[in-house]
Amino acid sequence: MPNITYIENNGTSHTIDVPNGITVMEGAVQNNIPGIDADCGGGMACATCHVYVKEEWFDKLPKKEDGEEDMLDMAFEPKKNSRLSCQLIVSDDLDGLIVNMPSKQG
Amino acid sequence: MKKTDALIIGAGPTGLFTAHQLKLIGLDCEVVDNLDKIGGQCIELYPDKPIYDIPAVPECTGEELTNNLIKQLKPFDIKFHLNERVDEVKKDNEKWIVKTNSGTVFSTPNVIIAGGVGSFEPRKFPLKDCEKFENKSIFYSIKDKKIFDGKTVSIFGGGDSALDWAVELSNTSKVNLIHRRDDFRGAQATVDKVKQLAKDGKINLFTKFQMTGIKGQDKLESIDIESDEKEVKTLQTDYGLGFFGLIMQLGPIANWGLNIDKKTVEVDTERFETNQKGIYAVGDICTYPGKLKLILSGFHEGALAARACFKLARPNEKYRFEFTTSSKTIKGRLGVKSD
Repeated sequence: MPNITYIENNGTSHTIDVPNGITVMEGAVQNNIPGIDADCGGGMACATCHVYVKEEWFDKLPKKEDGEEDMLDMAFEPKKNSRLSCQLIVSDDLDGLIVNMPSKQG
Repeated sequence: MKKTDALIIGAGPTGLFTAHQLKLIGLDCEVVDNLDKIGGQCIELYPDKPIYDIPAVPECTGEELTNNLIKQLKPFDIKFHLNERVDEVKKDNEKWIVKTNSGTVFSTPNVIIAGGVGSFEPRKFPLKDCEKFENKSIFYSIKDKKIFDGKTVSIFGGGDSALDWAVELSNTSKVNLIHRRDDFRGAQATVDKVKQLAKDGKINLFTKFQMTGIKGQDKLESIDIESDEKEVKTLQTDYGLGFFGLIMQLGPIANWGLNIDKKTVEVDTERFETNQKGIYAVGDICTYPGKLKLILSGFHEGALAARACFKLARPNEKYRFEFTTSSKTIKGRLGVKSD
């Protein structure tokens, strides 16, 4: 199972095995990792599962689809390496992915 | 003080259908919602997005679903209190006294929370210093546009609200429009207009910039913005406007003495009652083993909560289950002819 590391804004790091096929957001929610709210439940409608992807990973991820960048406009402190974790589907290619959480989601 | 058999908090699909169920069994109800319109998440977050899992409705948008639910309520007289947020719920003997932020007070034996993920509030600037200027020099919505006449206004955002206000205020104010990227998500016609106004020098457009600093004593004096390339500009400004959409906050619900687990309220699955007698939770905001956050689940939950309300609203009557297809009483309430 791919290994994903979630780093809270205070530096607390959580590395967990996330099964293929679910999203990086669901991996956090199902494992009670704080920092990802996911208010809309994965509908790309709320921008509260916002994460920063480590530079070396950003280009390896599937590109943003229409709508994700629009939603990121509303995220809290968006940066160039911002993604919505509900749009990142876990696969073997994502083994070792590191995401940082913003200081809050809204 | 308004007396009602049941007060519904939240005018999303679950709240609307719960109102229908209450009226069908002969109870009256009123509905409070913090948004300025009926429909909840369906209308605020995804009015145009298709939904495919409403039973017997192969495909509909959030807006269509809302309109149909409103249509289904047409036979009934239901008072909606929009733009109002319930702030306080307090026990008074057998009744609950419910107060909104506009000062409306209800007395009711039953409170049904159909609040989704909480109430919608505007998203604010990330900078903490902005708080002290809020509602003085910094706004997230506009009530009186006249205050901006002849002033410098810095507008942040890339959606329709930001663009529409930039266009509108450019007639009477000096407008800076700041957005984090080159693309705007607003309507293309408005985007074109903004770009034309920028070309004509009527709007100062700063794209790929975000706010990094704010200065002023009692009122706002200037705002610092920084580009992706770390270029910093200081904009003298009288007002700052932020249009970053809305976010859902659990808000005051957290203070009503309910058992809350991860922003959801624990209920039983017979009455959808919380740990407080006469307070129910239905739809996305409730949790129980096996809970699915689907609209159809909210409908089921509302139907059962409505029946539970009957006991407290009509303690001396017995609730009798009836079908809409055959009940004369129900047809009477719906205003349709019986066979």
